[in-house]
Amino acid sequence: MKLTGSEIVCEALIKEGVDTVFGLPGGAILPFYQTLSGYPQLRHILVRHEQGAVMAADGYARATGKVGVCISTSGPGATNMVTGLAVAMMDSVPIVAITGQVARPAIGTDAFQETDVTGVTLPVTKHNYLVMNAADLPRILKEAFFVARSGKPGPVLIDIPKDVQTELADFDYSIELDLPIQTPILKGKDSDIKKAIKMIEKAERPLILAGHGVILSQAYEELKEFSEKSQIPVVTTLLGLSAMKSNHVLNLGLPGMHGSAFANKAIDEADLIIAIGMRFDDRVTGNLKTFATKARIIHIDIDPSEIGKNILPEIAIVGDAGTVLRQLLPLSPKKTHPKWLQEIDQLRINHPLSYPETDRILPQFIVEEISRITKGQSIIVTGVGQHQMWAGQLYEFKDNNLFISSGGVGAMGFEVPAALGAQVGQPDKVVWTIAGDGGFQMTLTELATMVEANAPVKIALINNFSLGMVRQWQELFYEKDYFATLYTGNPDWVKLADAYGIKGIKVTEKDGVETAIEQAMNTPGPVLVDFQVDKEENVYPFIPPGGGVEQLIEYPDTKVV
Amino acid sequence: MTTKNTKNTIPSRTVTALVNDKPGVLNRITSMLRRRGFNIQSLAVGHSEIEHLSRLTVVVEGGDDIVEKITKQLHKLIDIIKVNDISDDNIVSRELALIKVNSDTKTRSEIMQIVSIYRAKIVDVSSSSIIIEATGDDQKIKALQDLLSSFGIVEVMRTGLIAMNREKK
Repeated sequence: MKLTGSEIVCEALIKEGVDTVFGLPGGAILPFYQTLSGYPQLRHILVRHEQGAVMAADGYARATGKVGVCISTSGPGATNMVTGLAVAMMDSVPIVAITGQVARPAIGTDAFQETDVTGVTLPVTKHNYLVMNAADLPRILKEAFFVARSGKPGPVLIDIPKDVQTELADFDYSIELDLPIQTPILKGKDSDIKKAIKMIEKAERPLILAGHGVILSQAYEELKEFSEKSQIPVVTTLLGLSAMKSNHVLNLGLPGMHGSAFANKAIDEADLIIAIGMRFDDRVTGNLKTFATKARIIHIDIDPSEIGKNILPEIAIVGDAGTVLRQLLPLSPKKTHPKWLQEIDQLRINHPLSYPETDRILPQFIVEEISRITKGQSIIVTGVGQHQMWAGQLYEFKDNNLFISSGGVGAMGFEVPAALGAQVGQPDKVVWTIAGDGGFQMTLTELATMVEANAPVKIALINNFSLGMVRQWQELFYEKDYFATLYTGNPDWVKLADAYGIKGIKVTEKDGVETAIEQAMNTPGPVLVDFQVDKEENVYPFIPPGGGVEQLIEYPDTKVV
Repeated sequence: MTTKNTKNTIPSRTVTALVNDKPGVLNRITSMLRRRGFNIQSLAVGHSEIEHLSRLTVVVEGGDDIVEKITKQLHKLIDIIKVNDISDDNIVSRELALIKVNSDTKTRSEIMQIVSIYRAKIVDVSSSSIIIEATGDDQKIKALQDLLSSFGIVEVMRTGLIAMNREKK
């Protein structure tokens, strides 16, 4: 029996284990939507802007480990997804995006709502397809899901002309894929494993630098065991946060531009760095010339093109983080490094992540209170900027895979839709989004989607009436010229929450912080808490861009009250 | 693409690839090279001996480290079947050039002599110019171009290098 292109897509989605899709219809995708309405097993969540669809799919994918699916129409619908695709591309998140396209005869004629979507999204997708025959759809869908998941995951876009959506074709999903070089190498070479073990045996001051790859590979136990067996302390990149529980004695947390002084100094003092599933991003390394100058480097990554891209390692192990760790574990030496660990403890004592005791509401205090009240068990979704850094520094993750943030692209506006997606994917978990008043106003339209989707996300709005991080850079590098960063026309957030039919709480006194967080937790449905924080608080430590650990600025004493 | 008459001192590497013969594949390749900041010196594509597959030869600026990055990035493109850096291999490489040179009755025979020494061909003659077809590697084409420059080169069109590994004897 022949199916329409739209039916083929729906059947393929079901075969791929999809049960939730995020989207917003329009002219060129309407045939598909009519078909989708007959598939109640595919839950459709109607967003208010296509950027919300792709970012919700992203949050969903990160929280569940499944492929996120988003749908939009042609032209503006598809171009609205570009930022979200870029986020998923840079942060290695598996997404399949389906876009409508004008009918085949109209392609290339500048038809209404026609955009060259495969052209526009080429650099921000792992691969994309323009489907010119419905008969190709089964293979393309199967390939798309395979490519999105395999190796280093990423977004794949499928652009389907309107008349292909109604064209009849056979549906056979048992086809074999023919992607010769797309079989990722999962297992490290034995010879490299042996060499790495020798280096670990010799090392006196080893350090693990764990990234998002550990989380994507769900290698939490392996990382913990490996670290414990040879007593190797761990620092995690922003996207590697919660790869290891924050309260583990060997976990030093976040390094880099806004990482702790002790994590950065540990990198600087290490004689061996074992980098696992991370890509030596500039926010981690700062100046490459002064980064980890005393260390030999082992780089483990599933993507061969990451090896030597920024840092040339002595040993490169191409493979999946979990698989390689399982190879290393039985061979790794039982060791202790009392001197090194003592030194690190001393660094922790001498250079703690600190902020002043004060009556003002400091964002750091809010993050710590959320951490305490949620017992470190909440999924934390952030936007981009100061609040993101405070969340990364201070939330104590007591479980794995709890931190969702736009790391590489750094897209403000990620916080609301990604939290929505995470909550839809993990309905039994508490989801807090820590947002800034800048990014929140980019995508707050998805509050309506949260209400419709029954996604009880708790929103902590770190409201400093400014684009805080940009303002901080102006303060430190641009002669305090606060041009175009101060918000004087923010709405009344409690009234806004009320307009959406959700609970809104305003907090203007430090005493109100704890109560507000508890009230938010105890109120069913989404809650928006407007924390009116100290407007001038800055993020420290801070290594100025392009600098090294010697330029690290700790919390200025003058600000301590 | 660089078309310098002076001797090229920028190091370059030759990469060949077997790719799907589908619309947009070349765009994927050049887009990746552009996005990552790699400079293409020449690029030639054509059908291969296998149906639905094309072969391309790309000459890129840079040394070993650059070409390693390029081949790794190319490998990640779904439509690329195989990539080889053949710069250090025993290869045959050729390029075809059409060179239009000013020429009148006085200079014609001298140009014809040069053309014959270089085993090139004259493919068109007019009262004021000659079109020469030359095949060879980059060095040979450049040397011929240098010699002809004294007569006044009107136009040069080059296909870009194509290359193939020699079989082991």
